[in-house]
Amino acid sequence: MEGYNPFSLSGKTVLITGGAGGIGCATALICIHLGARVVLTDIREEALHDTLASLPPSHTGEPHLCFTADLTAAEQLAALVDFCPVLDGLVCNAGVMKLTLTQFITEAELTRIQKINLNSPILLTRSLLKKKKIKKGGSIVFTASAAGVYRVSIGNGIYATTKCGIDAFMRTVALELGPKGIRCNSVNPGMVETALIGSFTEEEKQREMQNYPLRRFAKPEDIAYGIAYLLSDASSFVTGTALKIDGGMTLG
Amino acid sequence: MELEDFIEKFAEQFDDTEASEIKPETVFRELDEWSSLIALSVIAMVDEEYEITIKGEDITNAKTVEDLFHAVESKA
Repeated sequence: MEGYNPFSLSGKTVLITGGAGGIGCATALICIHLGARVVLTDIREEALHDTLASLPPSHTGEPHLCFTADLTAAEQLAALVDFCPVLDGLVCNAGVMKLTLTQFITEAELTRIQKINLNSPILLTRSLLKKKKIKKGGSIVFTASAAGVYRVSIGNGIYATTKCGIDAFMRTVALELGPKGIRCNSVNPGMVETALIGSFTEEEKQREMQNYPLRRFAKPEDIAYGIAYLLSDASSFVTGTALKIDGGMTLG
Repeated sequence: MELEDFIEKFAEQFDDTEASEIKPETVFRELDEWSSLIALSVIAMVDEEYEITIKGEDITNAKTVEDLFHAVESKA
């Protein structure tokens, strides 16, 4: 059984959005170690090129690709879809968070966050499917959140509702595409040590950590391992599942 | 509206059925891949491409692809 690895991503091509961010970058690295070739996209051009340059080559020698795009702009999203080769995996991972108490929510901020966290992943999934760029046997993974889907917290209403939307969309896509052999799941992290949680103060973070039975926040790779599992054939019979990766945070 | 163009767009809703298998006289319900989901895709495609709303019964009443084309055309 030497070399037997049902978690292998050998020969698979995976598109990762938010590829220059904490979870995106960790996911790219793990996918490559498991044999995949990656296509990264991000709005931050320089960070994206730096990420691409830092990655090891693919096992097959096929070059990894990157494409700078603002996925909230229709023409840039369309250009990314045209740029993409046919995919075995799609990781809709790009997202933003900003804490705002309900009475201070502005329509502009609400719309901005919804466009990035909810509309763009929905429209990207639509366009890739429509252009038949996701192979039969392929896997779609959304980075949702424990927030909204499993718990809510003060000031996080906008973010939490977008992630609930992703959860419902993920299950809908799983239902529609199951007969075509395409699976769809999400990972649902709690706090992850990335730039995204920069709006929390150190004191808030320390207090929040008391809610984590494992007494730490996730490292990006903790989430990336879950994504890699959902991309791999090891999860062949898993679809429509929200995989909590939260160090036990939502137990209490 | 052209029949040829309609057939091409109709065929795009399938994944495993070759476009060459779909002809004006094809009884689409007999295609292995035909399903209620593809019927929904066809309704959405007609709306998107031709801005014409058809209903499930328009599909039920049509036997061949050409029948369906005429049903759509009659609503234009």
